[in-house]
Amino acid sequence: MHKKVIQKYAVNLAGVVAVFLLILLLMGMGVVNNYMTGILIFTGINIIMAASLNLATGYLGQLVLGHAGFMAIGAYAAALFALNTEMPDLPTLVGGMAIGGAVAGLFGILIGIPALRLRGDYLGIVTLGFGEIIRIALLNLPFTGGAAGLRRIPKLVNFNILYVAVVLTITFLFLFVRSRHGRAIHSIKEDEIAAESVGIPTTFYKVYGFAVSAFLAGVGGSLFAFYQSILDPRKFTFMLSVEFFIIVVLGGMGSITGTILAALLLSFANEFLYSVENFRLVIYALLLITMMIFKPDGLLGTREFSLNGLLDRVKTLVGKSFPKSKR
Amino acid sequence: MTQFIQQMINGLHVGSIYALIALGYTMVYGIVKLINFAHGDILMVGAYVGFFALTAFNLPFGLALLAAMVLSALLGMAIDKVAYKPLRNAPRISALITALGVSMFLQNTFRLLFGANPRKMPAVFNVQPILLGDLRIPPLTIITILLSGACMVGLELIIRFTKTGKAMRGVSEDSKAAKLMGINVDRTISITFAIGSALGAVGGILYSISYYQVEPYMGMMPGLKAFVAAVLGGIGVIPGAMLGGFVIGGVESFTKGYLSTTWADAIVFSILILVLVFKPSGILGKNTKEKV
Amino acid sequence: MPLLDVKEIGITFGGLRAVGNFSIQLEPGELVGLIGPNGAGKTTIFNMLTGVYKPTEGEIRISGRLANGKKPYQIVNEGVARTFQNIRLFKNLTVLDNIKTAFHKDMRYSTVEAVLRLPAFWREEAEIDRKARELLGLFNMEEDADTIAANMPYGKQRKLEICRALATSPQMLFLDEPAAGMNPQETRELMNTIHFIRDKFKVAILLIEHDMSLVMGICERLVVIDYGMIIAKGKPEEIKTNKKVIEAYLGS
Repeated sequence: MHKKVIQKYAVNLAGVVAVFLLILLLMGMGVVNNYMTGILIFTGINIIMAASLNLATGYLGQLVLGHAGFMAIGAYAAALFALNTEMPDLPTLVGGMAIGGAVAGLFGILIGIPALRLRGDYLGIVTLGFGEIIRIALLNLPFTGGAAGLRRIPKLVNFNILYVAVVLTITFLFLFVRSRHGRAIHSIKEDEIAAESVGIPTTFYKVYGFAVSAFLAGVGGSLFAFYQSILDPRKFTFMLSVEFFIIVVLGGMGSITGTILAALLLSFANEFLYSVENFRLVIYALLLITMMIFKPDGLLGTREFSLNGLLDRVKTLVGKSFPKSKR
Repeated sequence: MTQFIQQMINGLHVGSIYALIALGYTMVYGIVKLINFAHGDILMVGAYVGFFALTAFNLPFGLALLAAMVLSALLGMAIDKVAYKPLRNAPRISALITALGVSMFLQNTFRLLFGANPRKMPAVFNVQPILLGDLRIPPLTIITILLSGACMVGLELIIRFTKTGKAMRGVSEDSKAAKLMGINVDRTISITFAIGSALGAVGGILYSISYYQVEPYMGMMPGLKAFVAAVLGGIGVIPGAMLGGFVIGGVESFTKGYLSTTWADAIVFSILILVLVFKPSGILGKNTKEKV
Repeated sequence: MPLLDVKEIGITFGGLRAVGNFSIQLEPGELVGLIGPNGAGKTTIFNMLTGVYKPTEGEIRISGRLANGKKPYQIVNEGVARTFQNIRLFKNLTVLDNIKTAFHKDMRYSTVEAVLRLPAFWREEAEIDRKARELLGLFNMEEDADTIAANMPYGKQRKLEICRALATSPQMLFLDEPAAGMNPQETRELMNTIHFIRDKFKVAILLIEHDMSLVMGICERLVVIDYGMIIAKGKPEEIKTNKKVIEAYLGS
């Protein structure tokens, strides 16, 4: 491994730690109060959900309108695991996340194998239908608590844990898409027939990418369950799937940092628009339409914000403004 | 046996509504290859127009229906002009997202204007049901089936025998070639949206009368089920949409009657998934393969 | 044993027999042209040979192994690469990534090795980075490595597509109308490129082409088809004077 690579990773790690310490500092000073911490946590869950959706939509190029369904599966699986086992907090949390992710991923494979043979617009409808089936099932199955949902799920997630989970998810996604597997997935979005013609097993990678996306959505759902400690099946509607989708589109399909930016922006916007709740969704709808017509790439397109790139730019800028005198 | 026939009649009732709505999906898909997510919400708008025409303006049913059809047709054309036309050559996913946006826009604008609470739709055909032995046939069911049937026959006549109908068939077959033959493609697409939306409005009014209420999100479920019907029959194929509508109506009604009310919607969506897995082109659809 | 041994394959679409009784053999290092009027079924044959369509009759053997019904990516593993009539690049990826994607089948590291950035990842990535740049270098495109494929001029896009096909280290290369849309100057360059590829990579090349000067200039053997059937086979000079061929092209 080159020294340069290690240096780059170190810069990113430093950036991530710095943001974390900054938020902790602001919390200590009381600038960020409990209410705002709660919003930050939900934003973090949205980032995980939308970033995982971006893998399926932005990289694999599939329209998925049932992401809330995978989230629900993960949340219920994790909650049922926690409610039926007696273990210390950390194993419960980690076990719940793993199980939530695994069950959601399994459903991703089950639904992906038949659905991914279809073109994008059909897939959207199939996933939409799937999301509805899941919601109806959660309302009616004997072990999911029906309309009352699940209660008294241990509250195991706080801001620190969530921050780590978000960082791990985002890191995983970056490392995954920048590998041969990520290239294979991306090539399918670009041109499926061409991808197959250079030796990419496209069916496998479509299902694989979709399943990884579902897995991460399940992890996001489990975090949601362990933070809320109550699960209400009515939460996981089609509209929730659409909200994740809006974040992805706004940030840019194929940009993970764009997703983070969009999730943060929309969280702020939600707070400002809270008093005019009825207008909020009208505004989002108009945003979606005008963006598709005038700026279909979203905020960042397929570009990524890079701390190292920023540093390089600052360096050259500084270098230009203060040219070194000759020795 | 009585129950069976009763469910069959119920199935025909909802099925004919789904068929009407499914026609709009299938016509638009046939001509611009777009799943018009907003179609379900156009039927909601049609139902609201009908509601106000019947209650605030005290219009007779026929005029209320006409008003709803005309206004929905105009709305459908306007949506196409503003939201879909600029994206005719864009990637399909962009147009789909826009359609989703239009759907959200209509739902939430109506919620903003008229509130989220359902309003009671007046019972238009409030006469005694016809009794045949143990069978109860509400007049609304008969009117729904007859009205839907008339609309479908009308549509078939337009498509078969008018110049516009021929243009529609031409554009859906090959829009470039149609253009070269002097067909005004944009106008034809506009008319398709108008007709599809007007049929949707009829479906919307019948649906709202059947379930006694109008509300901003009412279009979603019948819209989705009608879409399933369109896919089941073979999307882009007009008789397919009708057939699919009746099949879905029947399945829903029998599930509710014999199995469970709560699972009925889940079963309809499972049918969608099964159809797409085993015969993506639908019952009457043609198989197409991407050109290499 | 021939590299490619096709015995009487045919395909029927909805009752219409698009291709029938098509046979061909390809020996290592050969350069063979497949010609015929528009709609004669040339691309359909390519699609059958590369697994896009499954022939409804006959058999295809690649290096002696039966290849009927294999998926396109499996055919690539058998050593067959192709290009497309209407260039199919990964348009929004860089030139380098276009090539790297084609090295997929030579790479082994797992997802876990990738996300933990274990040595296998670095080793294989460094290896294909070197190979991909080397390949681009052979076609004088090393400076274009970081250009987005869609922003390349047309001629270079064609070259990139061929280059990407070669990255799968094929024994056979199928080119579908490589000269389409090229001017005479570019076509001449292309002829040189094709010769160069054959000599450098030791591949057998099967070529669909309309441009007669190109085909006659470089192919050692020609197969002519019309209405899905072979109407003539032989050396270019024989084909030139073949009556059936002249009829097919001039419509008698």
